[in-house]
Amino acid sequence: MTTYIPLADQPSELHDPHTFIAKYVWSQDHKVIAIQYGSTAVFVGLIALVLSGLMRLQLGYPGTFAFIDPSDYYQFVTMHGMIMVIYLLTALFLGGFGNYLIPLQIGARDMVFPYLNMLSYWFYLLSVIILLASFFVHGGPTGAGWTLYPPQAILRGTPGADMGIILMLLSLAVFIVAFTMGGLNYVTTVLQARTHGMTLMRMPLAVWGIFVATILGLFAFPALFVSAIMMTFDKLIGTSFFMPAVTSLGTNLENSGGSPILFQHLFWFFGHPEVYIVALPAFGLVSDVLSTHARKNIFGYRMMVWAIVAIGALSFIVWAHHMYVSGMNPYFGFFFAFTTLIIAVPTAIKVYNWVLTLWHGNIRMTVPMLFAMGFIFTFIHGGLTGIFLGNVTVDLPLSDTYFVVAHFHMVMGVSPVMVLFAAIYHWFPKMSGKMFNVTLGKIHFWATFLGTYAIYLPMHYLGLLGVPRRYFAIGTTDFIPESAQQLNANITQAALFVGVMQLVFIFNIIYSLARGPKADGNPWEATSLEWQTPDTPPHHGNWGEKLPVVYRWAYEYSVPGVKADFVPQNIPPEEVEMLPGAGKYVDRSEVHG
Amino acid sequence: MNPLRALFEKPWQRTPQTADGLSVEHSQALEHPPQKTALMFFLGVVGVLFGLFITAYFVRMELDDWRPMPESQLLWINTVLLFFGSVVLQWTHSRLKHGEASSVKAGLLLGGLLTLGFVYGQFAAWQDMRAAGYYMYNNPANSFFYVLTGIHALHMLGGLWVWTRAGIRVWSGTAPEKVGLAVELCAVYWHFLLLVWLVLFALLSYT
Repeated sequence: MTTYIPLADQPSELHDPHTFIAKYVWSQDHKVIAIQYGSTAVFVGLIALVLSGLMRLQLGYPGTFAFIDPSDYYQFVTMHGMIMVIYLLTALFLGGFGNYLIPLQIGARDMVFPYLNMLSYWFYLLSVIILLASFFVHGGPTGAGWTLYPPQAILRGTPGADMGIILMLLSLAVFIVAFTMGGLNYVTTVLQARTHGMTLMRMPLAVWGIFVATILGLFAFPALFVSAIMMTFDKLIGTSFFMPAVTSLGTNLENSGGSPILFQHLFWFFGHPEVYIVALPAFGLVSDVLSTHARKNIFGYRMMVWAIVAIGALSFIVWAHHMYVSGMNPYFGFFFAFTTLIIAVPTAIKVYNWVLTLWHGNIRMTVPMLFAMGFIFTFIHGGLTGIFLGNVTVDLPLSDTYFVVAHFHMVMGVSPVMVLFAAIYHWFPKMSGKMFNVTLGKIHFWATFLGTYAIYLPMHYLGLLGVPRRYFAIGTTDFIPESAQQLNANITQAALFVGVMQLVFIFNIIYSLARGPKADGNPWEATSLEWQTPDTPPHHGNWGEKLPVVYRWAYEYSVPGVKADFVPQNIPPEEVEMLPGAGKYVDRSEVHG
Repeated sequence: MNPLRALFEKPWQRTPQTADGLSVEHSQALEHPPQKTALMFFLGVVGVLFGLFITAYFVRMELDDWRPMPESQLLWINTVLLFFGSVVLQWTHSRLKHGEASSVKAGLLLGGLLTLGFVYGQFAAWQDMRAAGYYMYNNPANSFFYVLTGIHALHMLGGLWVWTRAGIRVWSGTAPEKVGLAVELCAVYWHFLLLVWLVLFALLSYT
């Protein structure tokens, strides 16, 4: 008789690597790949952080820094935006946390296709190298803005219009290939490599967020790929997919008749789902952190799952709210404003459920919890201004002002980064086996949380005053008072402060890796499977001899009558220790999951 | 594969259909081997990719400077080649499924050669067009012709890479049953790309 071995057990794929190179460089272990992805992403993220500091220096003190000319400024803006959105956030959430958490949280030994997973990382690294190479080519990196709108993106006069833009497009194409390889792996693993008892409706929300975001990514990135290919031909061969007839620097170019708005539609058909490719994993991760540290089950688990799915589906039909001022048919605006406001409904459900999870919880103010609660603040804040901007009539006057910069940095910058920090602090003990320094973590939180408010709150005000974004220097105008410049300088001071304070985080991580106290396998007393591994950090294959068996959902906290205030997913009901006289343990999975 | 059923299947359980005579090979033990699931998602990705190209085609077509290209007769021959490539791979797959491994070498070889013929034919069609003065940058219709056929041919080459690997395994003595999955995946991928090609061909011919 042959025995049935579920895919989660991966018998034929598991060859234990012994050499250093096989273990840590050409590794096929999802945990190592996750850390490779994560550290590469943090590395490019730091570059993007420095770029934002340079931008703020120019904006806060125009004319003071001779080494920043307008071209440099636009190159900083472009590279900052592109790196943060794609190469940091997307890569860190999906390549980093997706890789680390999916197999561990669903009880598998590894991803279904470990080799493809390894290729995915190396393609990602290649895309980062190509991107960074553009700093060193003639003309420097592209300065077309992170949206790379043609015709200006590929015309002379825009910084980096020669090699910079080509390397950018190439790098994006390679990134998409890397993402597709990783993404196929994540969805297949979630669908087919779950351990015994792990139904879809028992999965932690982190996996749900990553899973749906991956599907979004698989179907949204092709739009960027298509536009990158066509723009490359416009640039290199002189086709006119997007290029209208243009007179550039006195000469008529060969292009004619192309449609720049077509590019914008393609770009934002990718670009808006991209917001949720970043946001959905953040929603998932923060749900797990909140529930664990509030010692309470997540409020409305099923609703949370369906909200993730609904947001994912809706995110494909809101893209043109980025284009109200593009010159597209104004009637489109009505439709897209409508869908945009509808997407606020499932999003608001999630926010209410997070708050209700905290309600009457036994909250432990740990460092990850601080960041998770910080996220609720920043996300509500950024979300509310999104409702302003989703309406065409409000968006038109505000679209080219700092109000938009403030909005998307609150909702798409600060909020996911808050979750990233929450998640890094939360899972650091599992990933490294060491505990971080709590005091430094708290200093990092308060500096980041208050600091980012000091940056972005005044920006809303500047935007309402009419201070335009994308400008190298505002100069003197009739409608912007002198005092606005003072505010701008203050924003720069806050930005530099927040930037420097991130060194506390980097120091904390490196110091704790080397000298931190040894962490317990389950320091937060959490229920999900990754905290129940026999070793910390988990060894190759994750689970030792036998895969865990799952009996319930991941949110069994503070169950009445149970001795401990949490019941891990893999403890059989009959082994749950009860308080004297409390009777038998009743599995709430039947009720909730 | 029914996507909804895939969502609700319990991957840790043996599915009733495969309960008897189960192979130990884990990927065979599931009703849907993971490679098949991944391929389905990949076909979705490829479908979106071409769907967006086609959307862009329709948008761009409406603008004034669009001059349709003449149709190349070669494309008809290529279509026939790809059609039979797809049919032969399907035939090979169904023979394997019924335990007749004898024809796997011939089937794989013929299917691949027909496809190579298709790719070469597309390349030849490019040469014809260039010789007739229809360069890529002359007109957006030309640009789309080269881009669409080029991207499609690249996807075909990707399939041929998998085909080559399966071929190497068969010729180096792997039991034909063990390449059954690879042959099946090739057949599915070929059908899909044939379908994509038929849509593209119709688009290029009638607009």
